[in-house]
Amino acid sequence: MSNIEMKEKVILEAKNLEAWFGDFQAVKGINVSYGEKTINAIIGPSGCGKSTYLRCLNRIHEEIEGTKVHGEVLLEGKNIYDKKIDVVDVRKRIGMVFQKPNPFPSMSILDNVVIGLRLQGITKRSTLMETAESCLKKAALWEEVKDKLNSLGTSLSGGQQQRLCIARALAINPPVLLMDEPTSALDPIATAKIEELMNEIKRDYTVIIVTHNMQQAARISDYTSFFVYGKMIEHGLSSDIFTNPKEKQTEDYISGRFG
Amino acid sequence: MKLNYRLIRKIKNQLFMLVIFLSAALVLIPLFLVIKYVFQEGASSLSLSFFTELPKPVGEVGGGMMHAILGTMYIVLLGALIAVPIGITCGIYLCEFSKSKLSKTLKLTVDLMSGIPSIVIGIFAYLMVVVPLKSFSALAGGVALSIIMLPIIIKTSEEILKLVPNHIREAGLALGLPRWKVILFIILKGSISNLLTGIILAISRAAGETAPLLFTAFGNMYLSFDLKKPMATLPVQIYTYAISPFKDWQRQAWAGAFVLMVLILTMNLFARFLLNKIKDKKGF
Amino acid sequence: MVKLNSKTQDALLFYALRFISLLVIGLLLFIIFILFKAAWPAIIHNGLGFIIRTEWNPIENQFGALPFIFGTLVTSFLAVLIATPVSIFVALFISEYLPTQFSRIISTLVEMVAAIPSIVFGLWGIFFLSPLMKSTLAPFLKTYFGYLPIFSGPSFGIGILTASLVLSVMIVPTISSICRSIFELVPQHQKEASYALGSTKFEMIKMAVISPSLSGISSAVVLGLGRALGETMAVTMLIGNSPLISKSVFAPAATMASVMANEYTDANTPLHVASLCYLALLLFLITFLSNLFAKTIVKNFSKIG
Repeated sequence: MSNIEMKEKVILEAKNLEAWFGDFQAVKGINVSYGEKTINAIIGPSGCGKSTYLRCLNRIHEEIEGTKVHGEVLLEGKNIYDKKIDVVDVRKRIGMVFQKPNPFPSMSILDNVVIGLRLQGITKRSTLMETAESCLKKAALWEEVKDKLNSLGTSLSGGQQQRLCIARALAINPPVLLMDEPTSALDPIATAKIEELMNEIKRDYTVIIVTHNMQQAARISDYTSFFVYGKMIEHGLSSDIFTNPKEKQTEDYISGRFG
Repeated sequence: MKLNYRLIRKIKNQLFMLVIFLSAALVLIPLFLVIKYVFQEGASSLSLSFFTELPKPVGEVGGGMMHAILGTMYIVLLGALIAVPIGITCGIYLCEFSKSKLSKTLKLTVDLMSGIPSIVIGIFAYLMVVVPLKSFSALAGGVALSIIMLPIIIKTSEEILKLVPNHIREAGLALGLPRWKVILFIILKGSISNLLTGIILAISRAAGETAPLLFTAFGNMYLSFDLKKPMATLPVQIYTYAISPFKDWQRQAWAGAFVLMVLILTMNLFARFLLNKIKDKKGF
Repeated sequence: MVKLNSKTQDALLFYALRFISLLVIGLLLFIIFILFKAAWPAIIHNGLGFIIRTEWNPIENQFGALPFIFGTLVTSFLAVLIATPVSIFVALFISEYLPTQFSRIISTLVEMVAAIPSIVFGLWGIFFLSPLMKSTLAPFLKTYFGYLPIFSGPSFGIGILTASLVLSVMIVPTISSICRSIFELVPQHQKEASYALGSTKFEMIKMAVISPSLSGISSAVVLGLGRALGETMAVTMLIGNSPLISKSVFAPAATMASVMANEYTDANTPLHVASLCYLALLLFLITFLSNLFAKTIVKNFSKIG
């Protein structure tokens, strides 16, 4: 199911990945590879384990009490679940944007963007300013906030906050960016803005995005996986999945017959 | 007969309402009386010299409580200096590791500690500080007040830190920061202004305490800033003057009570106002 | 510099937090230990008979705590007796009768009473309530209820009843604010169910608000009692401070807290100091147990509710 031909170099790979909440298995035996600088969408009915799966890819799932993960996730060939690997190094290389915009409270826009770098010990002001500017530009927010970098991050609108969170994630320059339904809390205009910027950042980053919105997946992604009940039913080029799915379940879902 | 029964029910209902309204009045009246009495007696006894002068010897009219006002500030701040770091640290522990056994024990400890009679805390501080130093001291007063503030600060810090939603923690972790940096530099730093509310609340409570200071800070008729010497405080000074037979001292006790009450109620109302605002906003 | 792995760094913070938390728990145990140690000579000298002997004469080395225990219990129970119905009614008034925008103001006002320092209450008691007691309240009670032994004897203004009255004003906010938060937990649909049966408001309150809250109310009352037991300044200023056990509520008495406040700095024999510490230990234990008791009621309550 996942052994499709891919022209890009593989950057991230899941092997027999399984995840539990207590006794409940939310993710079942996922095998998939993601190519460098591609946008990969994950779709499926709600509760199908797609968010949980995504949260396994940067080891944030294990932060919830009573959860466990089996299997491997290879980042450039190295298993991030290896005992010798420090989890913070994993997360520095695999960034994440969440469903609800969550800028840090009582922190300025500027601080929100550079906090990751600063807390890693980079304090040179010119470096931080440069990073902030370039990341805010990549997140298509620079023009809107360049005159008020010192106002609170939480004072922005929802869409702007989410772009700020994208800039914050980009600031530590991770090759892979995970996005967990980043537009589900936003209005259509804000959503369009974010879809636009994703096309831009694709030049430098690999994006894996969970979305409940099939049109969105079809619009922006190169590859799409379809999840049901913790299993990956189908994975392939988005153009194939949405026009000519191989599996009956996928076809039913994208044609709106269930889900 | 049936009509009668209905009438009785109706009368009962009305009577009950009357009783409830009367009780509400009964509670509000003493409050009103206390405030009115303190304002009336206090404001009329108040003068500029109350804030700027030291007490006059017995028999001489006039003088003020400058030393006691400064002393109260000194000792309360001293207490806060001890209680705030410990209290916030425990608040962080309770918030971040709420399911551990130690957290549950600590919570019970905090509840029981806030129930210790303040006079008993005074005796403890006497035994711990006054006895070894062989003198009543501001330090002993500060220690006593810190034990009074500690449970308040722990409880409010925990509440306030719990308002930080979990996805903020996750966002920090997702940036590749170790948990300790997320806790200290994102959650704690982001809540500092809110934590201040808990501190104000604790200070407003401690500033009015008399019993734990009676045999720790003791009292002093002169201005002193010596940590190891007895120090006057507003509540103890009020007490001393209130039970004295001198009319002028009693007048000054009223002035002191007025100042103390305005100070405390302002702080308390301010903290409450902030706390409500924080909770309405859910923090963020 | 050795670079620690993030797990080790986190563990360091965790142990630091744990250490401070243990320190605070240790402090409570340490307070008990220190009081016990200071009281030890008196425990040896007086034994458990301390709590039933009535003679308190430091000069003769006679130490009996009964008058103080009596004073503490009587003033506190009397205060709770007065404050409980009023507090419940006030809580009902705020939660059931007042429109929301007023209820916040009134409940803040009531809770303000808790913020007033006890020395201010004491002062008010000395100069306002105790003259009022002497001139009006006591003669009134004597005229109409004088045949009862508790209202016998003269009133000098200060005494058990005056102290209890001020205490009751001080604990009303404690009891009523807890009651109010419990009443507000009653779901709207239960109230409506009661109204649907044709109840009057009074019957609805009895059925849907009061009876499911009984254990919560009792825990509030016990917490109020805890506060009254330990209250020092206002009582010290109003109770008269004589170690007597009398049947009249107009008579002066002394409480455990008030005798500590009065005698601790003047105590000059080691046994006197130790006996006061013995009292402190007893007072600590009484409040400790009553608070623990209140906690267990709340725990059971929240299990059911």
